[in-house]
Amino acid sequence: MLIELFTILSDYTFQLVALGTGIIGLLSGVIGTYATLRKESLLGDALSHAALPGIGLAFVMIQRKELLFLMIGAIVSGLIATALIQLITRKTLVKLDSALSLVLSSFFGLGLVVLTAIQNNPNAQQAGLQSFIFGQASAMLQRDVQLIAGVGVILLTLVVLFWKEFKCYTFDPMFSRTLGFSSKVIEFILSMMIVLTIIIGLESVGVILISALLIGPSIAARQWSHRLSRVVILAGLTGFFSGVIGTLVSSMGDNIPTGPVIVVVVSLFVFASLLFAPKQGLIARRIRKREKQKHFLTRLNDLKEGQS
Amino acid sequence: MSMITEITLIAVVVAVACALPGVFLVLRGVTMVSDAITHTVLLGIVLAFFITQDLNSPLLMIGATLVGVATVWLIETIQRSALVSTDAAIGIVFPLFFSIAIILITLYAGDVHLDEDAVLMGDLAFAPFRRVDVFGLDMGPQSLWVMSVILVMNALFIFFFYKELKITTFDPAFAAALGFTPMIIHYALMTLVSLTAVGAYDSVGSILIVGFMVGPALSGYLLTHSLKKMISITVLIAVVNSVSGVQLAFFFDTTIAGMIAVVTGFTTLLVLVFSPRKGLYKQQLNQKRARKLLDKRIKTLT
Repeated sequence: MLIELFTILSDYTFQLVALGTGIIGLLSGVIGTYATLRKESLLGDALSHAALPGIGLAFVMIQRKELLFLMIGAIVSGLIATALIQLITRKTLVKLDSALSLVLSSFFGLGLVVLTAIQNNPNAQQAGLQSFIFGQASAMLQRDVQLIAGVGVILLTLVVLFWKEFKCYTFDPMFSRTLGFSSKVIEFILSMMIVLTIIIGLESVGVILISALLIGPSIAARQWSHRLSRVVILAGLTGFFSGVIGTLVSSMGDNIPTGPVIVVVVSLFVFASLLFAPKQGLIARRIRKREKQKHFLTRLNDLKEGQS
Repeated sequence: MSMITEITLIAVVVAVACALPGVFLVLRGVTMVSDAITHTVLLGIVLAFFITQDLNSPLLMIGATLVGVATVWLIETIQRSALVSTDAAIGIVFPLFFSIAIILITLYAGDVHLDEDAVLMGDLAFAPFRRVDVFGLDMGPQSLWVMSVILVMNALFIFFFYKELKITTFDPAFAAALGFTPMIIHYALMTLVSLTAVGAYDSVGSILIVGFMVGPALSGYLLTHSLKKMISITVLIAVVNSVSGVQLAFFFDTTIAGMIAVVTGFTTLLVLVFSPRKGLYKQQLNQKRARKLLDKRIKTLT
């Protein structure tokens, strides 16, 4: 067992894939924190589905599976979807959740239409396009990891540079406007960052499950601290380890898909945090409640004895 | 019946069956919960399949429906703990269930007659091939029967509990004060939503069902203020979307369910822009008119 584990750990492909999924987890943990704090966590779900037609159409245009071009296509359709959702919720009576469901399903439908059309006109290069739906981490190449790492460095630098602005905007958008920050610019940068994170995760985790990576780590981290800096760091770490552990588990078996395993690992972190977090966790709460009851009872007994 | 007629018929029945509960999902603002349900019933289908070993067993439908209802319960329990907001609760529950389902499917891919692509997009084009035989007599496609029964159940539920649904949707506190239990109606609606999702998944696929539920209802919501009119408009639009979606899909030789989802998105956008009362275009017009009026008044003042 240990030897087996060691062989996997020293395997070059495993190291590469684990590094890639780890960085994706780290980034989605950090960026996802802002999305969940603003109660827009399902936006990620809609955006990831909306990226699919962009990928398909980019492929139709260049007829090659060039990751960079596909990503640009995904970014464009992701941003169109964001703009559409914001237009619908701001200018009409439609609620956010209806707008999300509508955009999610019609863009995903369009994506499937394009992908099926590509499949029906065979081209040697099209193989693997379907992998964007569920992700295929094992197909990750060295330059993919380099691309992921490059995007990661840019995103993390942005987070550090605009730390104050993002923080202020996340917790009190009105106040940040009175201070003179342009909410439109900050909002655009934040949505752009979310879209980028989703897109670098698409190839390995897939459009359906990447949203779980955005939401899970930040929810888990949120249970352990109330300070933004600590939550962001914890969420990043949770995401990183989920990516690495998920990749490890899926390489132990023959035919275990990586993306779903990573999601299961993230969910384990979330449920463990909800249960065991020291201050607000469910178990800690139960214990405190019981102690209070006990305290109350002894006080009551004291009173009774005092009376008699 | 020719194949294209049968496919159109199935598409219409599926679209209307989905659109009916969709009316109340949109009005209650819980459409993303239905998105979660449509993903998690897959886990129910897989688990029930391991037990029954038969994809057509009614037990499969019941088991999968129960998993859908369990999803709603779990989301609401996590929400009630006040540790997590509603949207995040949805966002952590359904990917977990869906992931487990996908892992199970890929692990036992050889034994299970289910594959990921079929789960995602369904295969309306193949629906007419699965037929019901009674004493050697061809009774039409199986999914047509299944979805018709579900459609009738949804319609009857709305017909008999119209009053309850209306009052718990628009004013749950008042409904509770009158002695209705909003919780029971809520779970009954969610049970129907998951039953519809289970019935529709093999023809429409798990992700597009939510579009079938939300799109027509959203158009209805934007076009009228009366619940009864909203229901009729919703049904009408569902029929139009599915019929034109099937035609376009055959024309472009592509996935039928995906095409219907695209058409649904398109018609809803049209309504969003051109709705006579609440549309974007009308709003712009009203604003312009108001500005002109203001200018005129100011001129008469000066």
